[in-house]
Amino acid sequence: MFQINQERNQLVVTKLIEHFGYAIVRNEVISDMLCISVDKEVISDVLLFLRDENELKFNFLTTLCGMHYPDIQELGVVYHLHSFENNHRIRIKTTTDLDNPTIPTATSVWPTANWMERETYDFYGIIFEGHPNLVRILNMDEMTDFPMRKDFPLEDQTREDKDDSMFGR
Amino acid sequence: MSENRNTRIPPTVTEPPEGISGQGFFATSFEKAVGLARKNSLWPLPFATSCCGIEFMATMGANYDLARFGSERLSFSPRQSDLLMVMGTVAKKMGPVLREIYIQMAEPKWVIAVGACAASGGIFDTYSVLQGIDRIIPVDVYVPGCPPRPEQIIDGIIKIQELAGNESLRRRNSQGYEDLMKKYNME
Repeated sequence: MFQINQERNQLVVTKLIEHFGYAIVRNEVISDMLCISVDKEVISDVLLFLRDENELKFNFLTTLCGMHYPDIQELGVVYHLHSFENNHRIRIKTTTDLDNPTIPTATSVWPTANWMERETYDFYGIIFEGHPNLVRILNMDEMTDFPMRKDFPLEDQTREDKDDSMFGR
Repeated sequence: MSENRNTRIPPTVTEPPEGISGQGFFATSFEKAVGLARKNSLWPLPFATSCCGIEFMATMGANYDLARFGSERLSFSPRQSDLLMVMGTVAKKMGPVLREIYIQMAEPKWVIAVGACAASGGIFDTYSVLQGIDRIIPVDVYVPGCPPRPEQIIDGIIKIQELAGNESLRRRNSQGYEDLMKKYNME
């Protein structure tokens, strides 16, 4: 649980809208944390701005991971940012088409994004443009699927010892 | 206590195979003598990846003491071991490693799959887990359980001993064995 810091939240939103205008699609507080949706065209600039802006100073990328919305045929990425100096955390979200899932890389802003983006590529198939080494990190290299997508079957399809009528396949 | 200390406990001896014995000599077939030696001096290579490995540690420990059955010496080099003990979940990414270890072992070699995961993938019916190690290497004995108790693992080892003791010296050169290896794309 995080303390909601209304003042700082407002500051972040104001500054972002001031600089990026309509590229800031939506902002709301979900589960105690400010969550901002950003157009993917400006995501690199937004992240860089949040890191370097004098009053914001989000110096730390806590984590980054993929999302899949099968209903609207979209993939997305969520970034968790943390400002040590201001003791403030926010989330940034951006989405992309399922057919051409590309998102600009964040490795130029935070080098730690390197492995996180590889993992996101591994499990969701999101292609991070500009990533120095976008190959699978956890799964087998021979794998062709992206197993965390919602349409990927939960159970291993090669297993023969399970009775379909009992296990509902 | 003092009584026990003075009582000499006879060392455990193994049952002799069929043969002819007389005063000062015992004669049996070469095959049986070799089988006797092999079965009572198995060098296991533990391939422990998860909780079944913990049960194996108990099996090697003083309470259960696998050394009683001639498996005193664990080998952590595949080149100097006879028995590959696979204990625990094997991820698909780990599969080629396990296969390589099996290939590196010298003949004759045996494999025991301890626990539900090694035998069938267990509860991990998912994309990342190998659904039983017999998909990549041949297995001689399966020990069921999640995880199995040390007694069960010992029972599995005794089953391996029976196989090792009764195995024909020519088995590893037979057509059947060659076909088995071909099935697993080895040699």
